[in-house]
Amino acid sequence: MEHKKYNAINKSVRKKDAMQLLLGKPVYTDDVVPDDALVVKLLRSPHANAIVSEINTKAAKLVPGVVGVYTWEDVPNNRFTNAGQTYPEASPYDRLIIDRHVRFVGDVVAIVAAENEKAADKALKLIKVKYEVLEAVLDFHTAKDNSLLVHPEDNWVAPCEVGGSNLRNLVASEESSHGDVDAIMADCDIVLDRTYHTKAYNQAMMETFRTYTSFDRYGRLHVISSTQIVFHVRRILSHALGIPKSRIRVEKPRIGGGFGAKQTAVSEVYPAFVTMQTGRPAMIIFSREESQLAGSPRHEMEVRVRLGASKEGKIRVLDLYTLSNSGAYGEHGPTTVGLSGHKSIPMYTGSLEAFRFNYDVVYTNTMAAGAYRGYGATQGIFALETTVNELAETIGMDPTEIRYKNMLKEGMIMPAYYNELASACALDRCLDHCKEMFDWDAKYPVRDMGNGKVRTAGLGMAMQGSCISNLDVGSATVKLTEDGTFMLLIGAADMGTGCDTILAQMVAECMDCSVDDVAVFGADTDASPYDSGSYASSTTYITGKAVEKACMELKTKMCTIAAGLLNCDVEEVYFENGMLKRINTDESVSVKDIGVKAQLNNPQIAEASASHSSPVSPPPYMVGMVEIELDKLTGEVTILDFMSVVDCGIPINPALARIQAEGGIVQGIGHTLMENVTYSPEGKPYESSFMQYKLPTRLDMGKLRVEFEHSFEPTGPFGAKSIGEIVINTPAPAIAHAIYRATGVWHREIPITPERIAMSKPEQN
Amino acid sequence: MFTIQKYVRAQSLEEAYELNQGKNNRIVAGMLWLRLGKGRVNTAIDLTDLGLNTIEEDDEKFSIGAMVSLRSLEQHESLNSYTNNAVCNAVKDIVGVQFRNLATIGGSIWGRFGFSDVLTVFLAMDSYVELYKGGIIPLSEFATMKKDKDIIVRIIVKKIPLKIAYRAMRAQRTDFPVLACATSIVDGKARAVVGARPARAKLIMDDKDILTSGISEESKNTFVEYVANNIPTSSNLRGSAEYRTHLLKVLTSRNLTELEEIK
Amino acid sequence: MIDITITLNGKKISDSIEPDSILLDFLRDHKCYSVKRGCETTNCGLCTVLMDGTPILSCSMLTARADGHTIQTLEGLQEEASSFVGFIADQGADQCGFCNPGFVMNTIALLKENPDPTDDEIRAFLSGNLCRCSGYEGQLRGIRNYLNSRVKE
Repeated sequence: MEHKKYNAINKSVRKKDAMQLLLGKPVYTDDVVPDDALVVKLLRSPHANAIVSEINTKAAKLVPGVVGVYTWEDVPNNRFTNAGQTYPEASPYDRLIIDRHVRFVGDVVAIVAAENEKAADKALKLIKVKYEVLEAVLDFHTAKDNSLLVHPEDNWVAPCEVGGSNLRNLVASEESSHGDVDAIMADCDIVLDRTYHTKAYNQAMMETFRTYTSFDRYGRLHVISSTQIVFHVRRILSHALGIPKSRIRVEKPRIGGGFGAKQTAVSEVYPAFVTMQTGRPAMIIFSREESQLAGSPRHEMEVRVRLGASKEGKIRVLDLYTLSNSGAYGEHGPTTVGLSGHKSIPMYTGSLEAFRFNYDVVYTNTMAAGAYRGYGATQGIFALETTVNELAETIGMDPTEIRYKNMLKEGMIMPAYYNELASACALDRCLDHCKEMFDWDAKYPVRDMGNGKVRTAGLGMAMQGSCISNLDVGSATVKLTEDGTFMLLIGAADMGTGCDTILAQMVAECMDCSVDDVAVFGADTDASPYDSGSYASSTTYITGKAVEKACMELKTKMCTIAAGLLNCDVEEVYFENGMLKRINTDESVSVKDIGVKAQLNNPQIAEASASHSSPVSPPPYMVGMVEIELDKLTGEVTILDFMSVVDCGIPINPALARIQAEGGIVQGIGHTLMENVTYSPEGKPYESSFMQYKLPTRLDMGKLRVEFEHSFEPTGPFGAKSIGEIVINTPAPAIAHAIYRATGVWHREIPITPERIAMSKPEQN
Repeated sequence: MFTIQKYVRAQSLEEAYELNQGKNNRIVAGMLWLRLGKGRVNTAIDLTDLGLNTIEEDDEKFSIGAMVSLRSLEQHESLNSYTNNAVCNAVKDIVGVQFRNLATIGGSIWGRFGFSDVLTVFLAMDSYVELYKGGIIPLSEFATMKKDKDIIVRIIVKKIPLKIAYRAMRAQRTDFPVLACATSIVDGKARAVVGARPARAKLIMDDKDILTSGISEESKNTFVEYVANNIPTSSNLRGSAEYRTHLLKVLTSRNLTELEEIK
Repeated sequence: MIDITITLNGKKISDSIEPDSILLDFLRDHKCYSVKRGCETTNCGLCTVLMDGTPILSCSMLTARADGHTIQTLEGLQEEASSFVGFIADQGADQCGFCNPGFVMNTIALLKENPDPTDDEIRAFLSGNLCRCSGYEGQLRGIRNYLNSRVKE
């Protein structure tokens, strides 16, 4: 696609913090806070469902160095949600800081604050707890309308109507459809009815959850936390602690990865409570085990797909039902599930005559789920794409051909996506491009390599959104400095993704300056303009547009100042190539002149703030293809090549977009082949450490290749859409497809471990 | 959380041995497994000053100090040339280079860990353990003994004619093996070792002389069945007994094919 | 308490430590904040430092055992690191950065042992360094570009 020449965007500039990070500078929460904080540790429940009938903290409190031990008796009885979402949250208010009723293995029973780690550990051992152990709801299939209730309490509140009821173990429930699904299904030549299962994968960001709290010089609660959502954390703490938001300041330093995990306030409330109680600085650092057992992982889902097609491969009707396991608390439960249908079904808008999408989200006595890159779309896309691959294999049509026949194309209205218009859609070009780059026609056939090994290929398509439409708010403040450089203040959180740099590139593009001349600050609730935070793939698309707007406003103000200097009307001044010029003359002033003037006898402030929300959430698109070598005897899958082509509109920083894609693909490979979540009969996840929860190493991912097909999204900044989440969605269907090609078995549950491959036989039908 | 009351760098094996008799006193090898425990160690005894970190070689044997790192085993040219690279193959996928620089052969063998690649590969050779008090005993004997308070000084590998092949199945490349198989012909006599069953590695000799007259398709299959029938497997997080026994057959058979090709 | 002397980043430091002090914590207490903890089970590689020039996991080293030895962290190898990390920055592969110090330290160790590694040798040597953000390929491209730039010189 042709597009104009840019000054600063669509360029692979280095991340602004790159050298600091690569040279190991102290920039993370645990590096930047004073070392006088109390060590905060949590006593966690060994039971999946129990009532704390007695708790004795006497001995623990006597340990030298222990400053406080807090139990359910010490905390307010205000229920709140830890979900980082816009108020009023879709997630139910179902948490207390410490609840007498513990609902999963790892739920908090007591908070210990001590002068050092050894004292805290000793105190944890000395707390005596008697539990009344209750039967637990561990199988999410049995949760809905079970007589055992995960949340029997009478102060459970759902701030939004999402179809949930604590008396039914139901977090949310909805039915939606378009067209006469049953009639069309009955008329189809082929109906595939398949059920898929995906697990509660952990984000496993390298920096575990951690938060520091203290009172600032005004006696306000100052929170330094590894979070994606500073403003939501402020509100959550205000609800949980019962103090006004004006008494709280939340900031984030550099973040050691998030992927959605830090879109939930997993760790913040505990040290905050300690600081409120003791007046002293407090710090919590989750161990890896705590992050694995009491983090905020992906929602386990079961997705049933009924697909109706003609024998020529026209996909006429889709009927999805998703059962989502929210675990013990409802964070992000009502919202993640929607994406399993809304971000999968629209890909087949090209041929679809009708669809239905129903879901239930249930409580169980397992770890509470949260937000994880892909946010439900990943689960739905695995299910739908695998079914479409099966359709292709069933009717003997090339799987790329069946996509061409049915896929969404630019200019179509998407009934399954809130009737949005596909205003920028290069999905077809992504498929062309990927097919050629990958050499699909050569790699798709099954090739016997001898000694039980075969090579073959598989494919998957994906979409996502670029924000939460009609809801997310992104903001930016752009300030002119007297030397003509700029300062950008944001409330979005760069968690390694590079949004600080990308947004600075946009300022540089607007102001005709170099990216180096734009400094970025964020995120801090005291200084940043309000931003919902970095999630829902929204930072480039929403906050980026706010940056563009703020720059426009700043230019107008600079023109006003320039008019004063040039002794003319403001209408006569225009901005061009970093200069403010007077029309029809040679007169001009520089940005630096404006900067100087802004600080000398000047009533016009040289800064501007703007917010942005969007009525639409334009999807990015992606095609992924994988070539594997499969050892039929051991079941080992070796990824040889994973190639993908992404349409994220105009990539603002192609290098960073590419890394997003590569990183997402490897996470997806992990979920598909080796990351597992299994439970003991008591409901404790076995994969509680990196010794058991196996992330892909650099020996497990083959060769990656990512390229882009540009489209131009008219509502996005400079035509951009999003990239952060979609990239995790293609590995599962593509790899499952290739494994079918190699073995004749469709695996509908991930991870597909070597054992499952080696020990299963091709289906007889 | 694991704690240590006292740390001593032993200046002699006798001192180390004496200290090791005390209750809750522990020899520190690589510190990799010990640290994961939650126990209280009274005295941690470090052998680091005793010069046990070298591999010595003469015409008859390799003599490997207890504190030799897995990384040194991996990189030792002569040992790997003698073992057709089986030692390297056995250890190269253990976690990472930094881990293998710390992990010691003494710690690996002494622990007799179920998951041990190291025990598996050394059992397939004519290997001995030199204990400070117990003297030199066959590794196969040591592997079945209960843990006691003696100290491993060296691992000795006798240089008798050897063909050996090593294969392990891992679900992720640097993970513990789902199953580990070392298959060898030591001085004309075949043996098979299976580790990560997931129990402690078990050795079986070709007492029925199945392979004595050579490796054929038929004798290979007979031997594989013989090994499978005599080495039990069981289930854990990493695999079921059924899958492990299936792997045992596949990997042992592939090892035998490799042995055929060794000149 | 045990008295120890360690040569840390070229400087002799003496301190009194608990017998169970772990080198990782000791180093952070001595302002070597590049040294990170990413797991408790020796699996992540974030805490990699050089002991007498050899890469080790500082999470599994008793500080007492390091007595008399030389320890280097990224704080002490800024120049060595600066020669190649820019190539990784050009790929955007630094990402969240939390794994970077351990990865950079082990890359320094790799290049010292094997100045001209193949891609497979790079992958194998660095396999104990987990990264959840980058997907590894950009790190590899960065190292490869650095090696190629050296050839041209």
